[in-house]
Amino acid sequence: MAETVAATPTRARWALPGGRGRRSSAGGVNSVGLGTALVFLAPYLVLFGTFIVAPVVYGLWISLHDWDFLLPGKPWVGLENYVELFTSGSVSSGPFWASMRATGIFIVLSVPFLIIVPLCLAVALNRKFPGRNLFRAVVFAPYVLGVAVVGLLWRYLLDPNVGVINHYLGELGIDAIPFTTDTPWAWFALVVPTLWWTAGYNMVIFLAGLQDIPRELYEAARIDGAGPRNQFRHVTLPGLRPVMVFVITITILASANVFGQPYLITQGQPGRETRTAIMQIGEVGLRQFNMGRASAQSMVLTLSLMAVSLMCLSFLRERKAKR
Amino acid sequence: MTATSDLPATLPRVDVRRANGGPRSQQRARAVSRSVRLALFGGLLVVLFLGPLVWMVSTSFKSANESAQTELTLIPSDPTVDGYRRVLDAPQAPVARWFVNSLVAATAQSLLVLVTASMAAYALARLDFAGKKLLTGIVLATLFVPPIALLVPNFVIVDHLGWLDSRMAVIVPGAAGAFGVFFLRQFFLSLPVELEEAALLDGCGRWRVFLKVVLPLSRPALATLALLTFLTNWNDFLWPLYVLFTADNLTLQPGLSTLQSAFSTDNASIMAGGVIASVPVLIFFAISQRFVIEGVSRSGLKG
Repeated sequence: MAETVAATPTRARWALPGGRGRRSSAGGVNSVGLGTALVFLAPYLVLFGTFIVAPVVYGLWISLHDWDFLLPGKPWVGLENYVELFTSGSVSSGPFWASMRATGIFIVLSVPFLIIVPLCLAVALNRKFPGRNLFRAVVFAPYVLGVAVVGLLWRYLLDPNVGVINHYLGELGIDAIPFTTDTPWAWFALVVPTLWWTAGYNMVIFLAGLQDIPRELYEAARIDGAGPRNQFRHVTLPGLRPVMVFVITITILASANVFGQPYLITQGQPGRETRTAIMQIGEVGLRQFNMGRASAQSMVLTLSLMAVSLMCLSFLRERKAKR
Repeated sequence: MTATSDLPATLPRVDVRRANGGPRSQQRARAVSRSVRLALFGGLLVVLFLGPLVWMVSTSFKSANESAQTELTLIPSDPTVDGYRRVLDAPQAPVARWFVNSLVAATAQSLLVLVTASMAAYALARLDFAGKKLLTGIVLATLFVPPIALLVPNFVIVDHLGWLDSRMAVIVPGAAGAFGVFFLRQFFLSLPVELEEAALLDGCGRWRVFLKVVLPLSRPALATLALLTFLTNWNDFLWPLYVLFTADNLTLQPGLSTLQSAFSTDNASIMAGGVIASVPVLIFFAISQRFVIEGVSRSGLKG
């Protein structure tokens, strides 16, 4: 990580104020007063303080109140919003945990495809052949679109009545499939567009990871008689491990934050089955303006997301330590 | 598609060569079959990844009637730009205005990020001051805060500032993310420090060094950051969906989500809206493909 790079010279300079020592010149000219540094930092710190640090604290504060945005009184309720969330049968717990469940289902259904497909694409497009950069760009292209475009487009492609996909299935003699209105098809209608939209992103990261695997390892494997499949298993996969943990982590987090696809493609249907956690929080907090409740829900979701990242990070550390 | 039309022409030849035997012709046959497979694979990728986009463009040039029918054609039977006309100045869906709003917001946010992030990144990369490590740690830690934790409180903060339903709401808060700072800090750290030292010893002040030495050397990184910021802002959906209300104030992404109810079965108009929102970013991408992909892969590996 970047930290280690920066830490060494900094520490050296701290130890030798005035900058005499091995890195004398760098230390000398770089030591500045807090004033100069503040001038450089101030504009960003104003933004950072107002829209990153303050909301983290403020969110916690809001969650401890019965905070109706539209009402003047916002009475303190302590942990009530949280207690309510963990009391079955209360107004907020049922819909919230249903949305958490929907989010979990989406993660389980989408992440394997979002890892395997981009990995295969990366391995295939890592081989040397004419036009491979063009194909990489083709696979990546959907990623530059906004989720609203992706949503509108796939809502139309998957439309049960006028959608092109049901049209061609019909020509094959298959009855119209209620992609956007019934489970399990609704999950298909969320996973496939997501895969189409973001596969290129994961592929690009895998491609970067593939560049770091030393060529000699492949040569050695070939000399040992390993075919393409064995090379993949014994050289590519182990070599990609750190990148793999990273990609799995960001993909789980991205899928946990899914919002635009269910908002636009299935609208949470059937019933509320595909209404995900972010949709639910947005609805409760910013449409019904029950911000106390929504903030408590955000906190629970945030903590679960952070737990996931920590688990993945520690998994990565463990692997590193073992080597 | 070129990929599939290659197939009949090359396959028989492969068989003939194989029948002749001999190591060299066998090799050549293998090369041919490899290129056939590659062409097939490439063709498949093009169909799968560009097909939906082609369909969007094709539908946008259909008449409202044709686009609502279940009978489907790839080439519009009577190509027309009426869909664009309807969608560009519909009172309930002023796409032209949304386009301008998005352009202004994305440009302004990119500039704001370039200025604030480059200054902060320079301080964190090159200046020594008390508390630098702590500050760097705090800023880095916020990269791991999920955006949902900020949604509701930032809505309230933006309301306090009187920015709800205004341009400021979609320009300023989004510029506070720590990504730009770390992206540029990494780049500044990779620059040779000697150039700056020489300038400082020549009597240049910090500002001159920053403006005349560091920034010009960092043009590629600044361009990449501006590009990524522009794309992110242009495509942002969740935040503008909730902080902008009036039809005239929307940006493209939240605006598009209202097209469905505004035009119901007029898919030509809806897809025209999608095309209008996609063309700028696709052109951007086509021109600076390398930058975008490299930027994304580097930013992806930053953690």
